[in-house]
Amino acid sequence: MSAINLTINELAVEVTPGTTILQAARQLDIDIPTFCYDPELAPNGACRICVVEVENARTLIASCVTPVAPGMVIHTESERVINARKVILSLMVANHPLVCITCEKTGECRLQDYCYRYGVTDSKYSGEVKELSLDDTNTFFVRDMNKCILCGICVGKCQEVVGAGAIDFTRRGFISNVGPAFEDSIEDSTCVFCGLCIDNCPVGALTPKYSLGQGRPWQVKQVRAICPYCGIGCNINLQVKDDQVIGVKPVKESPVNRGHLCVRGKFGWDYLKSSDRLTAPLVKSDGVFVEVSWEEAFGLIVDQIEEVKLRCGDDALFGLCSPKASNEEAYLFQKLIRSLGSNNVDSFTRHCHAPAVNALMEAFGSASMTNSIEELAETGAILVVGANLAESHPVLNYRVREAVRRSGARLIVAHSETIDLVDIAHHYLPLRMGSAVALVNSLANFIIEEGLHDRAFIDKRTEGFEIFRKEVSGYTIKYAAEVTGLAEDELRAAARAYAVAERAAIVSAVDTDRHADSANLVLALANLALLTGNLGREAAGLYLPYGENNLQGIADMGALPGVLTGYQSIKEKNVREKFARAWGVSINVKPGFTVTDIFKHGKKSGIKAMYILGENPVTCSGEHLETAAFLTDLDLLVVQDIYMTETASLADIVLPAAAFAEQEGTYTNTERRVQLSRKAVEPPGEAFPGWAILAELAGWLGFDWNYDGPQDIFAEIASLTHQYAGIDYERLNEQGLQWPCPKGDHPGTKFLHNGRFSRGLGRFSVVDYEPQAADNLSICCSKGHFNCQCLSENLSRHSVINTLRNNNV
Amino acid sequence: MYEKHLMICGATGCISSGSRSVEQALVKELENHGIRDRYRLVMGGCPGFCEVGPILVIYPDEVFYCHLTPKDMVELVEKHLVGGEIVERLLYKGPDVAVPVRFYDSIPFYAKQKFNVLHNSGIIDPESIDEYIMRGGYRAFTRALTIDSLTICEEVKESGLRGRGGAGFSTGQKWEFTNKAPGPKKYVVCNADEGDPGAFMDRSILEGDPHAILEGMLICGRAIGSNEGYIYCRAEYPLAIKRLKIAISQALEYGLLGENILGYGFNFKINIKEGAGAFVCGEETALLASIEGKRGIPRPRPPFPAQSGLFGKPTTINNVETLANIPLIVREGGAAEFAQIGTAGSKGTKVFALAGKIRNTGLCEVPMGITFREIIYDVGGGIKGGREFKAVQAGGPSGGCIPTELLDLPIDYDSLNKAGAIMGSGGLVVMDESTCMVDLARYFLSFTQKESCGKCTPCREGTMRMLEILNRITGGFGNPEDLDTLDSLAHSIKDSSLCGLGQTCPNPVLSTIRYFRHEYEEHIEEKYCRAGVCKALFSYKIDQERCTGCRACVKACPVDAITGEKKEPHEIDQGRCTHCGSCIEKCRQDCILITRVGREADVSN
Ligand SMILES: Cc1cc2nc3c(=O)[nH]c(=O)nc-3n(C[C@H](O)[C@H](O)[C@H](O)COP(=O)(O)O)c2cc1C
Ligand code: SF4
Ligand code: SF4
Ligand code: SF4
Ligand code: FES
Repeated sequence: MSAINLTINELAVEVTPGTTILQAARQLDIDIPTFCYDPELAPNGACRICVVEVENARTLIASCVTPVAPGMVIHTESERVINARKVILSLMVANHPLVCITCEKTGECRLQDYCYRYGVTDSKYSGEVKELSLDDTNTFFVRDMNKCILCGICVGKCQEVVGAGAIDFTRRGFISNVGPAFEDSIEDSTCVFCGLCIDNCPVGALTPKYSLGQGRPWQVKQVRAICPYCGIGCNINLQVKDDQVIGVKPVKESPVNRGHLCVRGKFGWDYLKSSDRLTAPLVKSDGVFVEVSWEEAFGLIVDQIEEVKLRCGDDALFGLCSPKASNEEAYLFQKLIRSLGSNNVDSFTRHCHAPAVNALMEAFGSASMTNSIEELAETGAILVVGANLAESHPVLNYRVREAVRRSGARLIVAHSETIDLVDIAHHYLPLRMGSAVALVNSLANFIIEEGLHDRAFIDKRTEGFEIFRKEVSGYTIKYAAEVTGLAEDELRAAARAYAVAERAAIVSAVDTDRHADSANLVLALANLALLTGNLGREAAGLYLPYGENNLQGIADMGALPGVLTGYQSIKEKNVREKFARAWGVSINVKPGFTVTDIFKHGKKSGIKAMYILGENPVTCSGEHLETAAFLTDLDLLVVQDIYMTETASLADIVLPAAAFAEQEGTYTNTERRVQLSRKAVEPPGEAFPGWAILAELAGWLGFDWNYDGPQDIFAEIASLTHQYAGIDYERLNEQGLQWPCPKGDHPGTKFLHNGRFSRGLGRFSVVDYEPQAADNLSICCSKGHFNCQCLSENLSRHSVINTLRNNNV
Repeated sequence: MYEKHLMICGATGCISSGSRSVEQALVKELENHGIRDRYRLVMGGCPGFCEVGPILVIYPDEVFYCHLTPKDMVELVEKHLVGGEIVERLLYKGPDVAVPVRFYDSIPFYAKQKFNVLHNSGIIDPESIDEYIMRGGYRAFTRALTIDSLTICEEVKESGLRGRGGAGFSTGQKWEFTNKAPGPKKYVVCNADEGDPGAFMDRSILEGDPHAILEGMLICGRAIGSNEGYIYCRAEYPLAIKRLKIAISQALEYGLLGENILGYGFNFKINIKEGAGAFVCGEETALLASIEGKRGIPRPRPPFPAQSGLFGKPTTINNVETLANIPLIVREGGAAEFAQIGTAGSKGTKVFALAGKIRNTGLCEVPMGITFREIIYDVGGGIKGGREFKAVQAGGPSGGCIPTELLDLPIDYDSLNKAGAIMGSGGLVVMDESTCMVDLARYFLSFTQKESCGKCTPCREGTMRMLEILNRITGGFGNPEDLDTLDSLAHSIKDSSLCGLGQTCPNPVLSTIRYFRHEYEEHIEEKYCRAGVCKALFSYKIDQERCTGCRACVKACPVDAITGEKKEPHEIDQGRCTHCGSCIEKCRQDCILITRVGREADVSN
């Protein structure tokens, strides 16, 4: 369609059809005030502050909802417009308590700003005003609906974006209000405390409790950081005043979360200030911890490590790395362990995800989620299997909703429970628990039977199809219906919906609804994607989001027993040589123990000393007592953490570390996006950034490491790692970069397997459905806001958000 | 075959004045005479003249009986039906006729009327599809089945028909937009929400000629390429809903609805949806939302329903009266005939509901372009009780008032808009000097203020503030600035509100300020309400010269505020008087005067 020409305030502008007047004006940098407009919400047109004069139109026109027409002549600040805006503002002010002196929003309140802009001081219209009582019954925020101007933004965010549907308009006319049904309190609603309403309210009606009385917006420094909870890696602005974090706001410009957060990101940061934080190195003496100096702690560690090495050899030392460690920390950690002579470094949570990781490696040659978070919103069909994203990855859930709402994506939800997405699903498959593999196989078989598979893609890009076709042919719809308990027609319709979409995505989870056959499920899903050619293209892929913020990163950094950074195998001579040269040490050829080995064999593993960086295996592993006994029996247990965890309490030496907001570092999210998190505040007491502790200790151990800061460490990572080679801190500044990014001018990689799978050809695997005994269907941990993210839980239980857990469990 | 058809008005107006008991008495009387089966008795549609109801019309004799009571049936049956003699006593005999007259054509109320959409009302049995067909019904639709869809749109455009639901948009054009909007699924929606207080033209059509609506919708469906329609009808219209349901089942039975209609491969289905009751649900986007099961709240346009309407599909939404015109237009030569009636910009007829201080209240259908004077004096029979005409409110709560100076204004869309009123749905409320224009504006605004859905700021907050100012003025607390504030507020609300409700609801205020500014000024500056309506702004006084001391007022006063000896002039205790006005009604000497508070009388009632 051809462009549309129009004039705004005497300036000519050309825009595409469908552009609203507001958007056209913004192209010309003309500022039109808005309250109720939000680009991600359905057009509303309620507040009317954005009205403009369109020549020859009968009335003023709301610019935010009106598309341009050819030849329009528009005035955005004519006298008529200004009069109307003044009246609207006066009317709002007349029914709004003017308590700006104490209102938390002062300084960033749009009502205030526009009144200032149009010289509206107070209202000439006095009369009846709202008198509603405050809702401050919940832990997180206060709702003062007397200040509400009824723009409806919060309702839109809550219903359209989040899908919580906690609030809506109540009553009509002059006494209209916004709130939970029947004007209950938020506490008793379906609110999930994502904070989206708070972050987008143009006035001071919604205030997080944590910021009450903490400071004025202009006194607050914004520090861009990365949320420390799940693998999405939401970008946040830490609100900092007087060396204290006083709040969190989402970053609108980030392609990862685009102004969205979930309760963990919005409210879960207060653990930073917890009184349980470690503030000095501790050494256990006669069963009790005593504070010591860093020198003393390091001295002791060096002595004992050397003693163990001498007595039991290099392989007696094991390093366990937390998936919450920054890339720089993880890198130094594995470098330290390897420099000490073994490859005994691994991560516990990585093991949690191992079945999925291995399956993806097998099928595609890369364990990462194939496509970007951003792309999900553009896909044509989404199959959600065995994932409850609203619990595990709410921000990804918002994108699924967006795909349905804005791109008209067909949504297929296969879950044994009625999860929130069921409300908007086109196909809901409430399958019997544990039958997902049969379901997915039958979909694949039906797609082949109907000839809906992508033959060209299969021929060119895959292997193993013929065997797969033969083996899967037993999975008839009829059989699947019996096994899953679903109707045959529903299965067929779902298969078609997925297969006919031009681009389709599959979303599953590696850590929720987890069945004993989760590796098989991932393989089956990979087959389905291969079959329909939904890989290696934009918005067509397999989404298996990680549960921890840097699970991707610590694996990239080589905190794994068999590989160095960028999955370079320890078995390859030239790899070992490369690292040996760079590090000035020799690299052991023998792959290290995995964490599974260690905890399975306990004492028999021969491990005598362990360095645990931010992990808490005592609560994470299934066998708490055995794990504790094994750890207690070690000759040396060093735990570096921010709290005295169950594991730390068993340690000989505890090192106090800085939390994410107290140090700079990079984290790689589940879509391989390397993101820079800045330092906002000083760590408490004697605590130190993890990288600095490791670097210092290395010095004590006699290694010649010289880092001025994380930036130096990152440069070293980049120099040794193909995928990270083109990345540096400068380039990470705004949006981060998705690896592979091999060169300084490489834009990063939005989706994997473009033209070629990491392993060459995509591989079909034959996976069979195995009926499982009920007790095998171990669903990981609890339901509620927290799934089996042991480490996230470590943080959240020192936060107000823990109250949600208590409520839900 | 029946000997005669006895048409009793079975519309809501006459039912409330007792037509059901008249019918029962008639049946009983016929049975008493054993002649029940000779007559076809029909509770028919509204002949409009509600003022004189209950009404019974006898065909083929063409006799119009009015003001009937059940008792009258004895005489009527005996004399007219058995005896073949007209009962003169029960004929129409208003002050506008010299002798009692026997049929429509000689009743002045009907003289200037032109029946298009009401042409079946009161003539046929609304529950009989055969009678509808006998009067030419469904012929336009069968013709529509044989011609091209765009030709139908074109004919409707040529007729000049404009929407009767308020905005007056060209119906043919609307159909053409929907016809041309892409997509296989489209809807026809009939707006039968009729929310204006006092309006009942749509109800009369629905009750009196339901098949006309179905036929209009079918033709529309053909014209825009739709196979499904909805009638959104006020739940307060149970009779209309019942008759629509009957009509739909009859049409289905006759194969005029359903699949492959008359073998032309055209399918059409009609659903009835009962309205939720809010005035704003008559606004088209709110109405569509309400059918979809959402909150009935307007949304911005564009997209217009023709592009994206019901369930996001292209939709034509038309008013009842608009649709009732369609069969007449789409019959052979109908468009040209239709276009001959009316003015250059407004074609055809319009049904109005006459109310207020007018003698002949009720429903009338007149050609567009008729003047207010003709409607009020010729059709309406002038002002009740011989009082002076003051103004007429046209277009309901969204309309404006027309003062004496403009009595010769022709009634059409454009003249009305220019005068600050609107055609609206066709409500005409006539006022005499006992109406306070400030109070009138306050009354209409209090209606719209209550009905504001609350979505957009100017309407939600602004109507409240306007109402508060008007309450202040009528309560005696007006300030000189109030008029300017009202005026600027009213203009901004009109200019910046989201939907038609907000965009028009200041009209009564603006038009009364425009034509009756002095009344506002009197209220504000002199604290005086000349009409004696705003209780705080006048006092009653007894004309000492004329009072005969008859004590009628003393008995009428509920608070014992009137004292005086018998045969001596009485007096009103101002401290006690509540301005209820009971005494005025009882005083036979017309000597209770409305005076400025605390001042001498200068205006008598
Ligand atoms: C507040 C409001 C109430 C309305 N109520 C009605 C109504 O009761 N009946 C009606 O036909 N149109 C009503 N309308 C007009 C409709 O929005 C719409 O214009 C009309 O149904 C279109 O039909 P027409 O083109 O045949 O007139 C109302 C409009 C507004 C703004
Ligand atoms: S916090 Fe989130 S879920 Fe709760 S009301 Fe606000 S938007 Fe809805
Ligand atoms: S609470 Fe805030 S966001 Fe919600 S409607 Fe009111 S002003 Fe808008
Ligand atoms: S103008 Fe009034 S009725 Fe219409 S949308 Fe606005 S508030 Fe609602
Ligand atoms: S911003 Fe356009 S109407 Fe509110």
